[in-house]
Amino acid sequence: MNYFLTEEQEMIKELAARIADEKIAPVALEYDHEGKFPHDIMQYLAQSDLCGVYIEEKYGGLGGGVFEMALVVEELSRACGGIALAFAGTGLGAFPIILFGSEDQKQKYLPDIASGKKLAAFGLTEADAGSDAAGIRTTAVLDGDSYVLNGTKQWITNGGEADIYTVVACTNRSKGARGFSAFIVEKGTPGFSFGKKEDKMGIRASCTRELIFEDCRIPKENLLAREGMGFIVAMKTLDRTRPGVAAQALGIATGAFNAALKYSRERVQFGQTISSFQAVQHMLADMAIQIEASRCLVYQTCRHVDSGAKDISKESAMAKVMASDTAMKVTVDAVQIMGGYGYMREYPVEKMMRDAKITQIYEGTNQIQRNVIALELIKQASKV
Amino acid sequence: MNVIVCVKQVPGTNEVKMNKETNTIIRESAEAIINPFDEYAIEEGVRIKENTDGSVTVLSMGIPQVADLLRETIAVGVDNAVLLSDKAFAGADSLATAYALSMGVKKIGKYDLIICGKQATDGDTAQVGPSLAEKLGIPHTTYVRKIEQITENYIRCQRMTEDGYEVIEMPLPAVITVVKEINEPRLPSIKGKLKAKKTEVMVYNADDIGADKNLCGLKGSPTQVVKTFVPEHEISGEIIEGTSREQAQKLVQKLMSMQFMTCK
Repeated sequence: MNYFLTEEQEMIKELAARIADEKIAPVALEYDHEGKFPHDIMQYLAQSDLCGVYIEEKYGGLGGGVFEMALVVEELSRACGGIALAFAGTGLGAFPIILFGSEDQKQKYLPDIASGKKLAAFGLTEADAGSDAAGIRTTAVLDGDSYVLNGTKQWITNGGEADIYTVVACTNRSKGARGFSAFIVEKGTPGFSFGKKEDKMGIRASCTRELIFEDCRIPKENLLAREGMGFIVAMKTLDRTRPGVAAQALGIATGAFNAALKYSRERVQFGQTISSFQAVQHMLADMAIQIEASRCLVYQTCRHVDSGAKDISKESAMAKVMASDTAMKVTVDAVQIMGGYGYMREYPVEKMMRDAKITQIYEGTNQIQRNVIALELIKQASKV
Repeated sequence: MNVIVCVKQVPGTNEVKMNKETNTIIRESAEAIINPFDEYAIEEGVRIKENTDGSVTVLSMGIPQVADLLRETIAVGVDNAVLLSDKAFAGADSLATAYALSMGVKKIGKYDLIICGKQATDGDTAQVGPSLAEKLGIPHTTYVRKIEQITENYIRCQRMTEDGYEVIEMPLPAVITVVKEINEPRLPSIKGKLKAKKTEVMVYNADDIGADKNLCGLKGSPTQVVKTFVPEHEISGEIIEGTSREQAQKLVQKLMSMQFMTCK
């Protein structure tokens, strides 16, 4: 289907697709099995100017937005959803600076992210603060010209591999959600260390670790926006990165579908290819319908977000739910079509099925997304 | 340092289909790409430019559509693209091609090094690079797998051989042809692609480069292709056993009995 991408968007998509096919696909299984972080793949993205597609030109980026980021994530995820996350997780860490950073903060951090020299990460989740972000225990206390951070962030994508972390901590317990603030913390800051690398079901080429703050002193100017804005920073960031998760899911689904379609035309049973059986044909048709419908919603949501629209939570949540539920269903069906081969670890769909699951969970579970959507619907209806 | 890289448009190797009756490539069906070995030549040229300051110019001879392929090379760091295109160039063999390219090189003017891929994947002759050097009256080295050193006056490079490599030093300007071991070609960049869109490919005809049309194209080509065919593989061989000395003796006897060797 023609999505009427601009010439530059076409270029971005093509180049990301080339990196996916030539550089990622040949190593995806190896990186998954060994849990290898894709620094080398990030170098290819950097050389091709793709690291900064969503960053303003004056900070060394290409001046695109969420859509450009999503196009790259989708293409990379077609080959490996885990490797794509080194790029997407950096976007998640960078958006708080893009949206709320001061001019000085942007000049200091964005050019290195745009050039691919540094990766970023976002630290919100804690052991007792998942869907309920208000449960954050990490504290930041102002002491002279510094904030002193204490606490532990959990399951942080790019943890340990990234150089720049945007972290949400509590600066005033009595104010509840309005008592949170967001900070930029650089790797190597004394008192900032990392926990063990998590052993995950999928996205195993992505690195997930704890961020541990023990009397970690950061300069006062690393505060993003103002004290008390942490929750807003997190929510506005997630509104813009959920289409990225949706794009990751879309890419995984597309990769699995392509593998299943190819296999169905090669696998012969009862003297004919299994693609000639209506049972398989209908599965393929349903998979394609769901993928294309998801792509429509994801792309249009990206355009809506990039247009500068204010109300984007509902749309962004819808795109994430739709694409991730599709990815789960399509990857399960791809394994089914490929039968025993689909279940084997030496074929890619087994991995895609494991990778798909996380897209229903992180950056807000699909249950929380449905809450967001429903509350927004009710809010809008009550205004009429 | 100014580098000229000669490139050729060839049919994409994944797409090649043969006409079984005529045993020729069905060119219409194949997507056109830059000869894969030339990609290594381009990368090496761009690296030299980056390390020494200067420029890289790609040069090709072909149909007008080749300009689009040449423009793509801008996206990987090439500065200028020159295409020699004229009906007079059509049907050129490697000699006539080398002549036309040599005239193109003279038209471009100042250069320190010319790099070619070791051969083209369609013709596989590996002759154009050396022929070009002869036409220009400059030295050449083929199968270069590494440039050890390059200065304003000379180049020292490793030339791949069947059982190792030779180190060759030549004065500049010179021609080298490169093998795929020399580097890993970079991917294009978005900024490069945007620049490529705006770059104009210089197109010259035979008169522009002062070429003698009798030496160009079919007229200038002593090679006549009478017939092409896919060779039949007859696997037959004989393994000579024994110690090294015995093997050598048996081999010599064999070669003499077949009159490949005579004993004086």
